[in-house]
Amino acid sequence: MSRILMKGNEAIAEAAIRAGAVYYFAYPITPQSEVGEYMSRRLPEVGGVFVQAESEVAVGNMLMGAVASGKRAFTSSSSPGISLMQEAISTMAAARLPVVLINIMRGGPGIGGILPSQADYFQSTKGGGHGDYRVLVLAPSTLQESVDLTMLAFHLADKYCNPTMVVADGMIGQMMEPVQFPEDYKEEPLPPKDWATTGCRGRAPRIIKSLFLDPAMLETNNVMLAEKYKLMKQNEVRFEAYKINPQNRILLVAYGTMARICQTVIDELAEENISIGLLRPITLFPFPGKEIFAEAVKPNIKAVLTVEMSMGQMVEDVEAAVQGRKPVEFYGRTGGIVPTPEEVRDYILKILAKKTPAVKSWKG
Amino acid sequence: MNENAQAVFNRPQLFGEAVTHYCPGCAHGIIHRMVAEVLEELGIEGRTVGIAPVGCAVLIYNYIQTDFIEALHGRAPAFATGLKRVSPDLIVFTYQGDGDLASIGTNEIIHAANRGEKFTTIFVNNAIYGMTGGQMAPTTMPGQITATSPHGRNVKECGYPIRIAELLSSLRTPAYIERVAVYNPQNIVRAKRAIRKAFQYQIEGRCFSLVEVLSTCPTNWGMTPQESLKWQETTMLPYYPLGCFKTPEGEVKE
Amino acid sequence: MPGVIIDKGYCKGCELCVKSCPQQILSMSKEITNRGYFSAQLHDPSRCIGCRICALVCPDGAITVVSHGQRYELYDY
Repeated sequence: MSRILMKGNEAIAEAAIRAGAVYYFAYPITPQSEVGEYMSRRLPEVGGVFVQAESEVAVGNMLMGAVASGKRAFTSSSSPGISLMQEAISTMAAARLPVVLINIMRGGPGIGGILPSQADYFQSTKGGGHGDYRVLVLAPSTLQESVDLTMLAFHLADKYCNPTMVVADGMIGQMMEPVQFPEDYKEEPLPPKDWATTGCRGRAPRIIKSLFLDPAMLETNNVMLAEKYKLMKQNEVRFEAYKINPQNRILLVAYGTMARICQTVIDELAEENISIGLLRPITLFPFPGKEIFAEAVKPNIKAVLTVEMSMGQMVEDVEAAVQGRKPVEFYGRTGGIVPTPEEVRDYILKILAKKTPAVKSWKG
Repeated sequence: MNENAQAVFNRPQLFGEAVTHYCPGCAHGIIHRMVAEVLEELGIEGRTVGIAPVGCAVLIYNYIQTDFIEALHGRAPAFATGLKRVSPDLIVFTYQGDGDLASIGTNEIIHAANRGEKFTTIFVNNAIYGMTGGQMAPTTMPGQITATSPHGRNVKECGYPIRIAELLSSLRTPAYIERVAVYNPQNIVRAKRAIRKAFQYQIEGRCFSLVEVLSTCPTNWGMTPQESLKWQETTMLPYYPLGCFKTPEGEVKE
Repeated sequence: MPGVIIDKGYCKGCELCVKSCPQQILSMSKEITNRGYFSAQLHDPSRCIGCRICALVCPDGAITVVSHGQRYELYDY
């Protein structure tokens, strides 16, 4: 299949269609409105349904209604819009509804800005809604990976009957790169959707719910959900090791757009034979903590540097993963400013110049 | 009863066997029974999916024996939109109280009606929040005492009760909107007729349909069930006139 | 002879049927049901006309109305 030059937002939209998700409910918000515009053209061509809702609150609830009948449905939004869906996302997790949500992150907090950001890490991975629940979170760094992970998201959502989120940022959404869609897309077999509310003719009525007034029943639900999250941690951790080798002097941890910039820095420093490795989480939940620990404790590693487009969120998970065995440093920009390779490079050199400090929290 | 006794009125099978949790005399029971009767009589219970609200009626799925989805507070019309759009052959209805629909959920019901979503809404208006213990609702009557209007609803502070049937019927998109009541057997017969009409419009895939049913809340109104029906007639009725406000056949005035 | 059967398992003693019976032949029994309510009862079956009004107003589907042959058809429900 030939490669097509596409805009990130549109590539994600087409990827969803190729994964059989032809039901899309959304609300316009920069920097991802093109997903909806594309869907409003494309979905009628493939017998799908496009609904522009009155708010993102409505979107989150329309998605549950759509998915409840066993169909694949999804939305895309950006940070403030995703905030409005948090009650719904908590309910999707509690009621085991396989909804897919795309967050093209933009600068926050509040109305914030419209340029790229990674400041929704906490919200996505720790649960921005109420109660104990987790969302599977996939973080692409290229447009091709955005296509692949969007399609994977629908599979994982169905596999675990759990909301699944793809978090990219305004850069990925807005830039154009050649992408390829798989020829005949095959998925491993999935459990039947014998919970779907499709009309109870010939069977007992089914109820999709999350209210358990009996505390023992609610606790049981929580315990069963926790089992699922354990399974995700065992089976679904994905990451990429970039130029990790015994000569590395610093381990970088970065995802999405930031990881690409770190790869540029690594390549440049390699020419000055300064060896730096990068561990790029692809799943933000489940987080590749063990893998980060395994690299960080190696004797050649002087420090771990986390680079994010935020004031420091994933760095807390990195710090937890490293368990104080090595100093964990942080470098980040926010407001929609994307750190340049030079900035990251200078920070690395600064760390290398320090004599090995006692381990202290990156918060200083 | 000797052997050739023949039942002329039965508890509908679709109403299930459970004893409801509703307070004695609460009209939810009457309205639930009518919905169950209509679904059975139209033979559509096998392909019906109900959307339960947040409020006293959340437990409707323990009673009406069809598939059900529990919606978040006020969001049932959005659930119904999503479900009906992707599975148009299902009969979808939302069953909502006035706190659910007329307060937190006004945005959802207005836009679902305005898009002309082809589902049915049974809107139960008892002028109060029942489940949470009798607080003032947007439909609470002027001067009506509730847990959060201890000196009676003060329209200067909280405005006047919202008339949902009139509000929605001002939308230009075709729809079937009727307000009915249950304060006496005659009105119960009319209420059931309106509910049946609403589901028939949906079966025909014709338009959005909503029946506003004036209801009661003896416990939180602080009255006996019989007094509650009387209060509905004497106090609510003048403010919430009954009747059909809109039908898809009716030409839409510019 | 038409008549009504009031299921004590469902009746919550709300009295709506008693107040609405046109023949005034329903009343509240003194006996407490196992759910702790005084249930309604038919105290004069001979004057029941099978009009179904009691069943219409019952919020708990507790009333079954039976008849033998003749039916009260003033309204359809």
